[in-house]
Amino acid sequence: MALHRFIVSPTSQTDPHAARLLNNAKAFGFDTINEIKVDNLYFVEGDLTSIAQQRLANELLHDIICETCVVEEAATPLTPTLTLPREYTREGTGMAELQSYVIELLLRPGVTDPVAEQIIRGAELLNIRNIKHAASGQRFNIKTTQPLSNAELQHLAKRLLVNPVIHQYNLGSINQVHFPEAVPGSDEVANIPIRKLDDKALLALSQERRSALSLQEMQAIQAYYQGEERDPTDIEFETIAQTWSEHCSHKTFRAHIQYGDETIKGLLNTFIRRATNNIAAPWVASAFVDNAGIIDFDDQYQLAFKAETHNHPSAIEPFGGANTGLGGVIRDVLGVSAKPIANTDVFCFGPQDLPMSQVREGTLHPRLISLGVIAGVQDYGNKTGIPTVNGTIFYDAAYSANPLVYCGCVGLIPKNKHPRDPQLNDRVIVLGGRTGRDGLRGATFSSMTMDAQTGEVAGASVQIGDPIIAKGLIEVVTRARDLGLYTAITDCGAGGLSSAVGEMGSLIGADVDLANVPLKYPGLAPWEIWLSEAQERMLMAVPPEKVCALSELCDTYKIELTDLGHFTNNNCLVVRYQGKPVLQLNNTFLFDGMPRLHFDIPTLPTPCRSVTEIQKTATQEELESWVLTLLSHPNIASKEHVIRRYDHEIQGGTVVKPLTGVKNDGPSDACVIKPQGTSGVRGMVLSNGLNPEFGKYDPYRMAVSVIDEAVRNAVAVGANPERIAILDNFCWGDPKRPETLAALVECCRGCYDGAMHYFTPYISGKDSLNNEYVAANGQRSAIPGTLLLSALGIIEDINHAVTMDFKKAGNLIYLLGETKSEFAGSHFNLCGGNIENSVVPELPTYGPRLYHTLHAAMKQQLVRSCHDLSEGGLSVSLAEMCIGGRLGCEISLGDTNVITALFSESNGRLLVEIMPENKLAFEKLFMTNKLNTLVHYLGIVTNDAVMIVNTLERATSGSPLHSHPAELRRGDPLVALPELLISLPIEKLVRAWQTPNFGSFA
Amino acid sequence: MNKPKVLILHANGTNRDVELGEAFELAGAVAEIKPLTTLIKEKTNWQDYQLLAVPGGFSYADTLGAGKLFALELKIYFAEQVQEFVASGKPVIGICNGFQALVKSGVLPGNTPNERNATLTFNADGQFECRWVTLAPQSKKCIWTQHLNELIYCPVAHGEGQLKLANPTFYDTLIHNDQIALRYVLPNGTLAHQKFPYNPNGSIGDIAGICNSKGNVLGLMPHPEDHVLRYQHPRWTRGEKGLLGLRLLEEGVKYAGE
Repeated sequence: MALHRFIVSPTSQTDPHAARLLNNAKAFGFDTINEIKVDNLYFVEGDLTSIAQQRLANELLHDIICETCVVEEAATPLTPTLTLPREYTREGTGMAELQSYVIELLLRPGVTDPVAEQIIRGAELLNIRNIKHAASGQRFNIKTTQPLSNAELQHLAKRLLVNPVIHQYNLGSINQVHFPEAVPGSDEVANIPIRKLDDKALLALSQERRSALSLQEMQAIQAYYQGEERDPTDIEFETIAQTWSEHCSHKTFRAHIQYGDETIKGLLNTFIRRATNNIAAPWVASAFVDNAGIIDFDDQYQLAFKAETHNHPSAIEPFGGANTGLGGVIRDVLGVSAKPIANTDVFCFGPQDLPMSQVREGTLHPRLISLGVIAGVQDYGNKTGIPTVNGTIFYDAAYSANPLVYCGCVGLIPKNKHPRDPQLNDRVIVLGGRTGRDGLRGATFSSMTMDAQTGEVAGASVQIGDPIIAKGLIEVVTRARDLGLYTAITDCGAGGLSSAVGEMGSLIGADVDLANVPLKYPGLAPWEIWLSEAQERMLMAVPPEKVCALSELCDTYKIELTDLGHFTNNNCLVVRYQGKPVLQLNNTFLFDGMPRLHFDIPTLPTPCRSVTEIQKTATQEELESWVLTLLSHPNIASKEHVIRRYDHEIQGGTVVKPLTGVKNDGPSDACVIKPQGTSGVRGMVLSNGLNPEFGKYDPYRMAVSVIDEAVRNAVAVGANPERIAILDNFCWGDPKRPETLAALVECCRGCYDGAMHYFTPYISGKDSLNNEYVAANGQRSAIPGTLLLSALGIIEDINHAVTMDFKKAGNLIYLLGETKSEFAGSHFNLCGGNIENSVVPELPTYGPRLYHTLHAAMKQQLVRSCHDLSEGGLSVSLAEMCIGGRLGCEISLGDTNVITALFSESNGRLLVEIMPENKLAFEKLFMTNKLNTLVHYLGIVTNDAVMIVNTLERATSGSPLHSHPAELRRGDPLVALPELLISLPIEKLVRAWQTPNFGSFA
Repeated sequence: MNKPKVLILHANGTNRDVELGEAFELAGAVAEIKPLTTLIKEKTNWQDYQLLAVPGGFSYADTLGAGKLFALELKIYFAEQVQEFVASGKPVIGICNGFQALVKSGVLPGNTPNERNATLTFNADGQFECRWVTLAPQSKKCIWTQHLNELIYCPVAHGEGQLKLANPTFYDTLIHNDQIALRYVLPNGTLAHQKFPYNPNGSIGDIAGICNSKGNVLGLMPHPEDHVLRYQHPRWTRGEKGLLGLRLLEEGVKYAGE
């Protein structure tokens, strides 16, 4: 059968995609490349008449206005060694002769290719029906000033153009495509003789099947089967490995830890859940029960919230990893019957200008990782129609080989509309995508450390999502929910059907047949079908009489529905293949039989906790230079180039947007959303806190600090501090190393104390351990222990929301909170501040009272703008407020150490802007609550477009200090003379803040 | 008087249908969202509707070009209904992905039947852009813009919104026929002259929206349906308001009700 190649090229000479590729090539040191043109490449197998070829080209595959299309018959298949490595042409440009090369790529067989599916469907619409297969790829036409060797071309392909995990490529044209045939799966089930193995052989088996099970766990499995007097089938063994994986069972968080003299009966119960239980907030509807936590929104609706990590998949295939990471968390929210209404994303990457020589073997350059991850989130979030509204990006060299990708999703559910009660004889229904080898062993993969081979071996763990199927699932599930068509629902995530059916069936029992599962391609063994993590699948328990209605709904939104079997009531999971049982496991053993881990570790040495006042001073020039350096530090600098890639307006409810201010470019502290379809004026608030720098010095204080930060950010836009729920997301190194686990213990302790302090219950969480890279020489590099704290709050009236941009000249600026000399892990130090032996900021005891009072002021509409103080301290926050409003300010610090005042990152602090006429009312509020020592009048907003900081107030500035209550004054203007500390034009601040400088890492 | 009914089409991947429906209701219409599969199955009578709207989204994931497969389905399954709606002079609007579908199915600019004169392709900077833009209503023929006397401020959210024409003379044709409905302008109302970010995608002549020669079919990339309420304005906390996209939708509804 003929194989046709359709090569589609843009006619325009300026192809932005090509330009970007060329930039990256140059950044990676390919200096001699002059041009890279990118064509789309489509392979169509089938005997097509020339008219049919023409119609396909013109009506489907290319845009006649701005593209050209060449159709070729693929040449007689050549073996790869015979393929010409390059197509040599001479171009008489009058300048240097250019060399031309071609590299073509194609998705590997088995990697989801939605384009191919649409080509076949589109052709059918055009009444072209004899297409057997299609595939999509790309063709790069490269021009260089110097000849490139084959090795150099391979290098270019692997470093820049191709990801070998999902692509196959050729130097030259691809003339042969391997299309897998659709045939039923195989019924091959192997028995694994485990009963007689010794310890060494048990461990070897664990290793061989990449199950990441310990000896103790292997022994428990062995004992179970000795009792059963048989050996496990491969599918049983794999199911146990999945269910007991760190990813699915959180065994480190459940382990008993002897920590010095302290016995900790599980980190999760001791520090996370206990906070939730002790707080016992009546508005928490569900915590740690479902796929996502649920809180009340108003009388009619609830909000579900979940955040996940997808680090290892994103390290080896950034686009697909982030894509499916977001997909997974969207399904988590759908898995509690909620309609997704907001996404969040937080990334930790290596420096974007990392020298190529420092890129670890088997890993991608941090720049490619970040480009891929951002594109992956953009693709999935935008296409599923969910606004991406909150996030951050943090850079550290330790994230180069092991990036962190956190994705979160919020959903809206009508109250009491989420059923969780599968009934005897309900059908086991799967909705959504077909099953392939995608993501096989993803749960165990994510529970391992990575090495140079990880990408190659774990390639099957990665996949590309199909957001349009996810969108279809959202349409179907929300309607099925409203029609009451199911009695239980969950998503197929890590562990695939094994987890989903297993967990849903764990309540009563289930009997399913895997031969019913529609496959993407042939040859899947039953265990592979059972464990595949193919994306975009939801599992439902559906009463038999309602299957028909659900099926109709699925037809409307083009979602595939599969009936796998039924629920039983014998507490047993039976999996069959064509009727023959291949898995029979007792639920009690599967879910409770895992031996509990025990650790006995020494305590972490107590970090520096005593504050010493610093003596350091600096000149105006130095101070100004520090402010500009901080503003362009990549962690602080504007993230606009990423934020604009995400649709944050869709669903029409984004009241406080990620970017705000006069030029819509100031950094919001949090977002406010008025959910589509809700009545009234209530809104929800989303914020986050993250600071791995603190954790390097004091993991306990990192935890309390990020809780403070998340709460502070939410309060800054108007959230009610009494109605904030939080999520914990740990990314940590290998907990088998005592000091790593000890740091985790301290971090968890901070989680408890911080949550109790602010009375913010945890409603869901996630831990991702083993975030390490092992080099060929055995050297390990771990990420810094990282805790992301996400907050979900309520604002009673969106009309009271506050943004961070200065509003009007003449308004008064106040600093709320207490500033201490707390510099450990500060960005001032990262930028060369060199303040040693300092402490990580503590949890401010006054925090709750201060935030409540600030909230009261906001409800009285006394606050015109508000911005939290975090990385870079007062100087950065003040600058950002100036940038947001494109207004200047003039403030005085009083009699204090200027370095501490400007750059310390003490928690519990915010800047607010008050209209002069509201001054008394504002100050009175704080005085009534006995917080007067925490309210510091700093100065005024000006029209001068310059940020001015003085030691003391200048008599000429005309600000109303003299009318100030004495107890709010700082310093004594009668003795000292004012000294100018900083005078920076706003435009200079804007430029610095909008130009991230990775040089500051050096 | 009965409220005019607007038929909002939904293809797989359409995602701004709900807010468009809500915006149309706010503008005084009754909105019904119908998946194409339902229209085929129910054999829906399009004559029951006074307006037709093709909303934004990523129909079929924008595979093979934004709106391409949606356009193909319109041509294959609904050619007659669409043709009838357009010819009857009833208001038709395509927004973002809907605009792309109308252009790629030949409904817009629609000057010569069965011939494509324009397309919407990748933004000049090659990136998806979500940002607010200012639009100046131009056409006095387009029923959606002819009575508008103030600017519109609303967001764009697209990666393939650059209008390209088959040839330069066709630009003159559009001007001559008064088919340029909306242009990207600076906040003060003067032309963007291709300047990013005011013209967010590099469209020729700063064109944000075009209509057919009859004036009843409008296609535009920006989302007027996302600025129908005060709190959607990015600077409402600064007291800024107005320039609602709602006005444009109201024009269509008013016309349909007359």
